[in-house]
Amino acid sequence: MEHTVAHEEHAGGGVKEIVKVTIILSVLTVIELILGFLMMPLALDSSLRLAMKGAIIILMMAKAFYIVGYFMHLKHEIKNLIMTIVVPLALFVWFIIAFLYDGNSFRHLRNTYDPHFKEQSTIKVEKKEEHGAKTEGKEEEKKHEETKPEEKKAGH
Amino acid sequence: MSTTTVTPTKLWSGGKSPFNVEYGKLMMWYFLMSDAFTFGAFLISYGTIRFSTNGWPNPNEVFKSFPFAPEHMNAPLVFVSIMTFILIISSVTMVLAVHAGHNMDKKKVVKNLIWTIIGGLAFLSCQAWEWNHLHNEGAWWGHNPFINADHTASSTNFTNYFFTITGFHGFHVFSGVIINIIMLIMTLMDKFEKRGHYLMIEKAGLYWHFVDLVWVFVFTCFYLV
Repeated sequence: MEHTVAHEEHAGGGVKEIVKVTIILSVLTVIELILGFLMMPLALDSSLRLAMKGAIIILMMAKAFYIVGYFMHLKHEIKNLIMTIVVPLALFVWFIIAFLYDGNSFRHLRNTYDPHFKEQSTIKVEKKEEHGAKTEGKEEEKKHEETKPEEKKAGH
Repeated sequence: MSTTTVTPTKLWSGGKSPFNVEYGKLMMWYFLMSDAFTFGAFLISYGTIRFSTNGWPNPNEVFKSFPFAPEHMNAPLVFVSIMTFILIISSVTMVLAVHAGHNMDKKKVVKNLIWTIIGGLAFLSCQAWEWNHLHNEGAWWGHNPFINADHTASSTNFTNYFFTITGFHGFHVFSGVIINIIMLIMTLMDKFEKRGHYLMIEKAGLYWHFVDLVWVFVFTCFYLV
């Protein structure tokens, strides 16, 4: 009985498909990495950077589809099984929109009504790497000093 | 044996699983679904905090090191892309092991499982190196030596989330390697040959692919965007 099940599931697979999906996943990863490298010199708030981030997330979803669909074989299962797995996960659409929107609005509220928060995020601090590794003890101290404002912020 | 054509109406009339998979595999799917919610909660929490903060460290400035490279070499994304490919390839060898299991090909199952285990151990070693390196730079839970991309002071949220989420994923990789080693031992002991099927390898395979799947998300969220 179980042997029958195994053969049935096997219907869609095959080494050819595995090779094909491997190539697709590798190509998608390479494109992601190329976008990651192209993104580096762009300004932090440029819209092109944002678009690239969006593209990377779309590529990520495509990779997830190929891993779940082909490697985990979900695409070749029957509809009942696909639905019982995928429908609950659709909740993530709501989770992501709701929580990220909430986080963003919290940032706006704090920037508007919490002058201390706003001020903290405009004070520039020195880059630590430039000091080199020779004065490690001092660096350690500085690190602690620099994390202090953050702690104060958290206490607010 | 040839009555494998299933019509939806027959599936719910009892006598067999309406999902047309054996019990253990269905339960593995449900476990992975619940695990997906756990990881999803972690990542969404990370996203929420990131959206509610004005600045955030640039991953290309934080993760730019490479083993055995000169101290100040600037190689962003290189090491993590190697880690990503290790995990993808180990996922492929796992599929090949499952595929060989369908054909009752013990030799190939053993060979591919060994490759999968090697891939898993390689990934864990890479992660151990990266954690050790970051720790030496002063990063740990509660300690963040890095500054934001806009040169403002950064909070410890960055390192807390990084170590918690990659640590949780690393623990999954570790348990996946253990499961794969158990599968390898069972295969070598001819357990599956005696049972007449390699369905156990399939369940271990599902878990291993899930670990790869989670890395796709962790990799994107922490290193790329």
